[in-house]
Amino acid sequence: MIKQIAFTITLLLTIAVFSYTLRGLIKKFKLTRPKTIGSPGKRLLITLKVALLQQTIFRKPVIGLMHALVFWGFLMILFGSAEMIVDGLSGTERAFSKLGVFYNIIIAAGDVFALLILVIIVAFIFRRVFMHIRRFEGIEMKKWSHTDANIALTLILLLMVSLLGMNSFYLLGAHDIKGIYPASGIISGWFSGMNPENIHLMHELNWWVHIVLIFVFANYLPYSKHFHVFLSVPNVYLSKLGALARIDTMEDITREVKLMLDPQAALPDTVGDEPIERFGLKDVEDVNWVNYFNSLSCTQCGRCTAVCPANITGKKLSPRKLMMNLRSRMDEKAPGLINEGADYNDNKSLLRDYISEEEIWACTLCNACANECPINIDQPALIIQMRRYLVMEESAAPAELNAIFSNIENNGAPWQFSQDDRMNWTEGLTMNVEK
Amino acid sequence: MADLAARGEVPEYLFWVGSAGAFDDRYKKVTRAFVKILEYLKINYAVLGTEESSSGDIARRTGNEMLFQMQALMNIEIMNGYGVKKILTCDPHAFNTFKNEYPDLGGKYKLVHHTQFLFEQITKGRLKMPGSELGGKKLVYHDPCYLGRANGVYEEPRAVLDSLGVKRVEMPRNRSFALCCGAGGGQMFKEAEKGDKEIFIERTEEAVATGAELIATACPYCMVMLTDGIKYLNREEGIKNYDIAELVAMSLNL
Repeated sequence: MIKQIAFTITLLLTIAVFSYTLRGLIKKFKLTRPKTIGSPGKRLLITLKVALLQQTIFRKPVIGLMHALVFWGFLMILFGSAEMIVDGLSGTERAFSKLGVFYNIIIAAGDVFALLILVIIVAFIFRRVFMHIRRFEGIEMKKWSHTDANIALTLILLLMVSLLGMNSFYLLGAHDIKGIYPASGIISGWFSGMNPENIHLMHELNWWVHIVLIFVFANYLPYSKHFHVFLSVPNVYLSKLGALARIDTMEDITREVKLMLDPQAALPDTVGDEPIERFGLKDVEDVNWVNYFNSLSCTQCGRCTAVCPANITGKKLSPRKLMMNLRSRMDEKAPGLINEGADYNDNKSLLRDYISEEEIWACTLCNACANECPINIDQPALIIQMRRYLVMEESAAPAELNAIFSNIENNGAPWQFSQDDRMNWTEGLTMNVEK
Repeated sequence: MADLAARGEVPEYLFWVGSAGAFDDRYKKVTRAFVKILEYLKINYAVLGTEESSSGDIARRTGNEMLFQMQALMNIEIMNGYGVKKILTCDPHAFNTFKNEYPDLGGKYKLVHHTQFLFEQITKGRLKMPGSELGGKKLVYHDPCYLGRANGVYEEPRAVLDSLGVKRVEMPRNRSFALCCGAGGGQMFKEAEKGDKEIFIERTEEAVATGAELIATACPYCMVMLTDGIKYLNREEGIKNYDIAELVAMSLNL
């Protein structure tokens, strides 16, 4: 009974802290712009392929497989964690074991995966601490980024150790063993000489350490780059659909352009009733909620930056940095916007104070970053939106591009050639090209 | 299209020449090579001629959405006016914006890139490649971003090249892993930002390292960048770069 009460209090505390975090996050999302998300069928299919089957991460086969095993293992272990919550609240032991064969399979898989994850996490920590991995470096990677990664990995390591401990001492102490434990079966052999009292104590200890670590982990994640653990699957659901290079049409501009081309046109008042605040993206309130969701889901793996042609050739642009900057800038500006309203101004902005024009203009829009992201973050969307702000609000494009714009306006080509000369390429052809 | 429309005809394809195809001296050769192939295959096509204007792709990708939409809406009005259903083009950027972005503004067409067209003609048996002096030559193909990664066209260009009997090799970064030539997103028209190296040099070095004597591509921007890269590396003697259409025309002695 005491255990039940203690557990209930711990759980309520966890939920309270998590709710507080969630409330803060919802407030931040309310500052962003709307975006409609349709096509649930297509999205579920993408989620199945990219999230559950881990399609993109296998582009790096070895490390990809390691990640996939950790991910699939987590899914199996999640089942056991849910059971622990039920056990903790109701004072039962292995409450889900009524499920029979299904229970045995899931629990056995979880037990084996726990050992596998433990080994892989040790390798991951070794890689981070002792091996020089280029994509873990970069101007945006501060000391905290590395510490954050190591904290999360250590927490996962301890979670697996306590899970295996819990299972092993369960095997040694239980009278009627429910479930199958292939990995813990081996480990328990090492402790077979222990007296029953200590076995019971060790089981309780590991049980509590495991569940408390889960609660701590869950509440640490939203403040860490490892928020990824919660958000990556829904983030994949929010993937950009269609061709990778497709850019969304700004509908408020379509209306203006149509009026410009044909002032007499009677256009329905579907859009444009509300005044347009700002073209493009200057600061956090200009991003849409999916952009912000992307930034929270990013785990800073750096696969995007590693394939960026601009970054590879030493330019300042790093797609990963855009996501990290958006998240930090929101953390910085949101309290002011929430307390003082939309007019709040701290004389800073995402563009320029966090992301320089130099970075924005270095992009070739080759989409290698978006293609490489294992959770389908759309980095080029931010670049396009920031370019739109610079060009349409400030006319601050590089001079060469302004020349291109006037050429296109005047003679319909980026070069200064007359539209009447568009057929000059046929000179020297013996045949007749039909017009 | 105007001349044909006057005769009450609608051709099967509109061939979109593109600004580079019409004005860039190097790419004009590609346009000429491709229309020779169209003529050879007796394809029913026409061009817009002086009615053609920028697709607006560069304007959109450099943030000038206003200019993009003006270009797009004007082009759509002209093309819809002529009842255009299918568009053929050698430019992956025009291909991409027509295929994926014009539908939002009322321009719905079936897009065929020239490499897809050539592939189709070969598989249907309409285009048979005779043996030529290209046979056995070592060739490497550079994937244009807007054809490959953006639209998933990786194998058709390779199949067309294979039909020429060349010894085709790959760069380490190929298909969806391909490195950009450095010209996309408006970079073609401006100085690159400060860095250690130009992207086109990085890519050309990778192509040259394969030991190929021919570099094939299928995009006007990639063509410019790779040509510059070969010049920069002083390899103009041993290495030539061509568009796939030029290689096909060469093989056919057109």
